[in-house]
Amino acid sequence: MSRPLDLRGKGQLADKTFGALAIGAAALVLLILGMIAITMTNRALPVLRHMGLDFFTSSVWSEHDNQFGALPFIWGTIYTSVIAVVLAVPVSLGVALFITQIAPPWLKRPLVYLIDLLAVVPSVVFGLWGVLMLAPHLNRSFLTAGIILAIMIVPIITSLAREVIETTAQADKEAAYALGATRWEMINAAVIPHAKGGLVGAVMLGLGRAMGETIAAALVIGSSAQIVLSPFKSGDSMPAVIANQWGEASDLQKSALIGLAVTLFVMTIIVNLIASRIVQRSMRKSRGT
Amino acid sequence: MQQLVSALDLRPRRTWRTTKNTIMTVLLGAAVVAVAIPLVLVMVSVFAKGGSILFKSFPDFLTKDIPPTRAAGPGMGPAIVGTLMITGMATLIAVPLGVMGAIYLHEYGGQSKFAQLVRFLAMVMTGVPSIVMGLFIYVVWTLNFKLQGFGGALALACLMLPIVINASEQMLKLVPNGLREASYALGATKARTVLTIVLPAASSGIVSGSLLAVARAAGETAPLLFTIGATRVLNTSLFHGDDTALSARIFENAKEAVANAQERGWGAALALVLLTFTLTVVARVITAFATRRK
Amino acid sequence: MVVDSAKPFPTSEPPATPTRTAKPNVPEMRPSMLEALMTAPTVYEISNLDVFYGAYKAVRGVNMTIRKNQITAFIGPSGCGKTTVLRCLNRMNDLIAGARIEGKVVYHGVDLYGPDVSATEVRRRIGMVFQKPNPFPKSIYDNIAYGPRINGVRDRKKLDEIVEKSLRGAALWDEVKDRLKSSALGMSGGQQQRLCIARTIAVEPEVVLMDEPCSALDPIATARIEELMRELKQKYTIVIVTHNMQQAARTSDCTAFYTAELDKTGQRFGQLVEYDVTAKIFSNPSDTRTENYITGRFG
Repeated sequence: MSRPLDLRGKGQLADKTFGALAIGAAALVLLILGMIAITMTNRALPVLRHMGLDFFTSSVWSEHDNQFGALPFIWGTIYTSVIAVVLAVPVSLGVALFITQIAPPWLKRPLVYLIDLLAVVPSVVFGLWGVLMLAPHLNRSFLTAGIILAIMIVPIITSLAREVIETTAQADKEAAYALGATRWEMINAAVIPHAKGGLVGAVMLGLGRAMGETIAAALVIGSSAQIVLSPFKSGDSMPAVIANQWGEASDLQKSALIGLAVTLFVMTIIVNLIASRIVQRSMRKSRGT
Repeated sequence: MQQLVSALDLRPRRTWRTTKNTIMTVLLGAAVVAVAIPLVLVMVSVFAKGGSILFKSFPDFLTKDIPPTRAAGPGMGPAIVGTLMITGMATLIAVPLGVMGAIYLHEYGGQSKFAQLVRFLAMVMTGVPSIVMGLFIYVVWTLNFKLQGFGGALALACLMLPIVINASEQMLKLVPNGLREASYALGATKARTVLTIVLPAASSGIVSGSLLAVARAAGETAPLLFTIGATRVLNTSLFHGDDTALSARIFENAKEAVANAQERGWGAALALVLLTFTLTVVARVITAFATRRK
Repeated sequence: MVVDSAKPFPTSEPPATPTRTAKPNVPEMRPSMLEALMTAPTVYEISNLDVFYGAYKAVRGVNMTIRKNQITAFIGPSGCGKTTVLRCLNRMNDLIAGARIEGKVVYHGVDLYGPDVSATEVRRRIGMVFQKPNPFPKSIYDNIAYGPRINGVRDRKKLDEIVEKSLRGAALWDEVKDRLKSSALGMSGGQQQRLCIARTIAVEPEVVLMDEPCSALDPIATARIEELMRELKQKYTIVIVTHNMQQAARTSDCTAFYTAELDKTGQRFGQLVEYDVTAKIFSNPSDTRTENYITGRFG
């Protein structure tokens, strides 16, 4: 087949259009995040102008008096998330260690599926169960919310912990066994020190998830804006109060609720950033890159 | 030769160390049980209570409109249709955009500064609480276009987008580079190579990753609370008038002190759980089928 | 093997051969054949080619002429630029971030790296077969039809013809004619590589570049492909990179020998040492480095 030697090429338009669409789609991520930051902060300005920095430090939240202090909700969010993490971490680590070190091969797969199943159940279903089955016995309180949140973050912490634990070098494990260690002693000597960094990161990711979780908390936390230390008292958290009060909120109140959302946004992003930095660094160290 | 070692006793011994080992093993096993208990309790409640209303009045529960709170009787039809339509629209928006974004990251951007930034921000975006997404869409869309199903779809799409981007990029990475080289060497453009060689090779992974994202979106409540409003009757349009969905309905009914409403809540929970489980199982089956073929 | 009862164990005797290995066998070259080789039309004219990866000058100062319907072999130890130069001949190096060239690669009078030249067009006329067979995860038929379809061939009958012609040209037709619709991944390595060759010639390129096409294959598959190359050279111009000197000696008309050197700053770079008719390279090379390589002193 002889062709005149013209190497200029045609049909470049389709190729270039495709490339442009691809860049556009990727740029959406930037666009959306940027718009979230800008528009939400913009909407929160009215209440910030009204309250000034008291928005973050006052614990008085009253629609009637147009006073909006976010402190009880910031406290509630942190408190329930900490309770959730305290409850979830030992269980998650235990499950992760069990699956990776103790379970015989035939048991591993079903256990992993079990954890996956837990992750798939929508949070609102946990909330429904919590409010109708758990709350009658435990009352709505920080603790009840913490328990529900704990159940929901166990899958994330477990699967990340499993990944980190599995990067333990076989050689280290064998060294411990060769010295006559029992299985638990080997875990203590070889697995846990190696996985420490990654485990911390996994825990923080769970914390970030618990902080942002709305529905389960909204249903069982009790909705009273108070700062108390007792976990058995009822309280409120940022996402919960937004969900519960939005329906009948006045304009200024809506602005205040959006202000809470912005605060929550910033807090969860910071926690997640720290968490992923820690996990990345520990994975890099353990792989030796 | 002198006897150096006394009779070699290698029987297992009971010491504090071995006891501690056994205790720890039991504790770790207890952790597994601790996880299984709530899962089992929740599932039992959902299937028992939800099952009773679902099957007692089959198919009314699936087709009838939602009765007023105090009234007895089944009916979640509008919510089921709502969930399917809203989640379906969110999928139509998020999956093509997410896959194109992943194509940019892997096939065009590589390690460039812009690509690294997008990857980082996509990871940040997965951590944004769903309630923030809901309020965001309320501010930019609902305030202008009123409460409608489409707003909910937009909010869910924002949640799904970074998940689809991440999962799809991982799948694109798995396609061997030799295939791309063979295509380029035959004189194919990048667009043609990606569309006819790379995407088909990565398709099973992308599909199953997307199904998991859909399952996650179907279960979300918070983004819908601010964007779709509420209604008891069937709304077949995403663009006109209030809509409802299973997740939002469950939330409403959970707050009611009325037994009838709570009963319907359990039924809706069962329907939602069946939907998300089915999507997840299909995703896993696709993955297993694809790996077996290789 | 007969055992001599008087001398059951071999006695050691001093070998009567010289201390270095013999050079690979190359058929005698008659003067008329030589003249035919040197006067065939030019396909590529490569002048002062330098290849850069970012700031690193990986290959320096390549000058050579590649002629029509010949097999040109690039030989030399690992990492001395053979594949890099090969990939410049169809602009495949463009795909590597930071790769660029200085100098000229002129194909039928056109500078391949000129401003108006589209890399995609270049690759439609110059085909490439890779070291590891890379058939698409599609049917055998669709693998071969891929190239023609890109060029706009839609007619079913025409595609059938092209598929059969290409498979015959790659000596694969008889083995697969009954299972054209089955997956290409179900074939052996040697068959897959012949499929890749068929796929390449389906678009009727003028040149076929081959990057160590036999290194992942067993000796029998290798022999079949070498036989195929001799047939293919009647229609196509072939440039092949090979680690196997004997293969170059057996099959090629001209051979280019590359080696790696260290420059003043201690950086390693690839360089063309000698380029000549194969018979001459293997019987009477001009450069000592070439001589050392082909007699097995290094590499």
